[in-house]
Amino acid sequence: MKAMIRGNESIAYAFKLARVKVIPAYPITPSTLVPEKISEFLANGEMDAEFVPVESEHSAISAAIGASAHGVRVGTATASQGLALMHEVLFIASGMRLPIVMGIGNRALSAPINIWCDHQDMMSQRDTGWMQFYAESNQEGLDLGIMAFKIAEDERILLPAMVGIDAFVLTHTVEPVDIPEQKDVDDFLGEFVPHYVTLDPEKPATLGSFGFPEYFMEFKYGQWIAMERAKKVIDEVFEEFHNKFGRKYSKVTPEFLEDADIVLVTMGSMTSTTREFVKKLRKEGKKVGLLKLTTFRPFPKEELRALLKDVPVVAVVERNISFGFGGAVYAELAATFANESKKPKIIDFIVGLGGRDITFKTLNEVVGIAEKALKEDVDEVNWIDVNKEAVLKAEGLL
Amino acid sequence: MNYEKEEFFAPGHGMCAGCAAPIIVKWVLKLAGPNTIVVNATGCLEVATTAYPHTSWRVPWLHVAFENAAAAASGIEAAARAKGEKLNIIAFGGDGGTVDIGFQALSGMVERGHNVLYVLYDNEAYMNTGIQRSGATPWGAWTTTSKVGNANPIGKLQPKKPVARIIAAHNAKYVATANPAIFNDFKKKVEKALSYDGARFLHVISSCTTGWRHDPSKTVEIMKLASDTGIFPLWEVVDGDLENMRITYKPKKFKPVEEYLKPQGRFRHLLKNPEYVKKLQEQVDAWWAKYGHHYNP
Ligand SMILES: Cc1ncc(C[n+]2csc(CCOP(=O)(O)OP(=O)(O)O)c2C)c(N)n1
Ligand code: SF4
Ligand SMILES: [Mg+2]
Repeated sequence: MKAMIRGNESIAYAFKLARVKVIPAYPITPSTLVPEKISEFLANGEMDAEFVPVESEHSAISAAIGASAHGVRVGTATASQGLALMHEVLFIASGMRLPIVMGIGNRALSAPINIWCDHQDMMSQRDTGWMQFYAESNQEGLDLGIMAFKIAEDERILLPAMVGIDAFVLTHTVEPVDIPEQKDVDDFLGEFVPHYVTLDPEKPATLGSFGFPEYFMEFKYGQWIAMERAKKVIDEVFEEFHNKFGRKYSKVTPEFLEDADIVLVTMGSMTSTTREFVKKLRKEGKKVGLLKLTTFRPFPKEELRALLKDVPVVAVVERNISFGFGGAVYAELAATFANESKKPKIIDFIVGLGGRDITFKTLNEVVGIAEKALKEDVDEVNWIDVNKEAVLKAEGLL
Repeated sequence: MNYEKEEFFAPGHGMCAGCAAPIIVKWVLKLAGPNTIVVNATGCLEVATTAYPHTSWRVPWLHVAFENAAAAASGIEAAARAKGEKLNIIAFGGDGGTVDIGFQALSGMVERGHNVLYVLYDNEAYMNTGIQRSGATPWGAWTTTSKVGNANPIGKLQPKKPVARIIAAHNAKYVATANPAIFNDFKKKVEKALSYDGARFLHVISSCTTGWRHDPSKTVEIMKLASDTGIFPLWEVVDGDLENMRITYKPKKFKPVEEYLKPQGRFRHLLKNPEYVKKLQEQVDAWWAKYGHHYNP
């Protein structure tokens, strides 16, 4: 069924179609519409689930763990400050190997408080042991939402997953979306079977016990192995989804890469703008390509090495910043090539923080610096579209 | 079914000799039986009973973190509802994990009316991290963060947070204070709490030999004194009806608070100054003057 829906509704539909049984959630802009839509589904009798209107995001993820440990499929949604408030408990969800799926309306973190799009919220949780997917469109939000359950619940994996949809650009923007049929999703996901130990009075088990040094590292190594195995399982699930629903996904998607001198690496909705920009440059005869990163955790090192090793300059265009180093995607991509003999020059571009628009002008500047990098050294980390003069003056440097 | 002869909390755990918490847990579980899921907040009880790969728990048990036992229990209860199951969901939290850092989650759980029995084992300080004061530490107690010295001869300067009254004021289904040393009253309250649907809260005093600084053989004696001096009154409230709070236990004659203070190292300094003992006695007398008429055995 084709429908015009907002990104938040994509997440809500993914939960409904996945027949999620428990949804603990707390409102926060821009993801509030997810629990609101769920509430509507429930009120209309279109969904059979328990909504838990918790008193905080910390409790949302804690309740999600409780429900998941009791052996049901669980989904929740949050953004920004809410995700940051969950931080402590995110490690526990993955450490306990509970396949919870969470929709994130990717939004900036305070201060100053700001409700608009960037990827700082999810990037700041990259070490929590959750898989991370970033959607380019509302269709991707819905599809990745459904696939996230299948990947997370695979008995080889058992890790929680986040699906990021950009604040407002996706969360609040109506797009045409093909909503799959319930029976097809039922077929695709199969009946929910918890492939993990649950809280069952018939078979009492202790979950979340105290791990002394002689056991702790093995738990962590297990998570490491699961995340590594997820690379293959993600490919399998993407493939199965493609066969069933006709829409193709991959952890990284190359476009116009053959013969490219410069490749722009993007995530989320900025990819659409960048694609149009790259098409325009190609028409002008410029050898510029695009690489969309859909999966950030696990980080698709192997694909990135294969696709980018012969590219002269890779421009990472990203909406997050790790102060004292640079963008997170840049850091990881640079590390991916650290031990390679053939590697691109990798330049970082910090753009679009706190909802600043990413336009052709932005990308023009990026490509300008990247072209310069073809011939000479340029700054490693470049802030684009910033009133640098005002900041440097305020900091007493001008 | 009666499970009083069965043990769902196994011996061999690592809690101190003389710790009251295992007595509470053991009896709550005997009265609840095997159709039970337990959630445990971080704290002495959790740490000392689940050293992987061992466990003292013969019922399903979940620990998530320090401040969220009530939220995790809410999630389990929602899942049980989704599955159409009927079972006991019991959360155990220490005073820190309940009246301080976990208070928000508890308040939310009770307000939403989850069908959970929350049991606070109150040893009146953060024991697992080495006896720091909590909101449940009583006035005049020494802890490692309410130390006694020339500038502060009293120790903790604030009175104990009346958490059970606060939870009752949420209109919880059933709230009671209980003392395993006043066993019949304790047992009745656990049974009563288990018999209701909805959010239930038991505030159980739980002596800590290490933090209260007393002889491990005196646990039950000292806890009994807590109620026989009137310091830890035993009462219950149904459906948030605080007006009709029912005090369930009153000794024939109250003992002076001094008798409770004497065997406990954490109060030793108070005994050096009769003014302090008097002040504490006045606090206790004031409570009974205000609420004593609620006694209704
Ligand atoms: C967020 C967080 N802050 C602090 C701690 C450290 N911590 C663990 S147990 C504990 C004290 C527990 O006190 P209480 O709840 O009274 O239980 P008890 O150990 O006294 O039985 C503290 C402070 C923690 N685990 N998590
Ligand atoms: S420190 Fe206190 S509460 Fe903790 S196990 Fe020992 S006696 Fe029990
Ligand atoms: Mg305590």
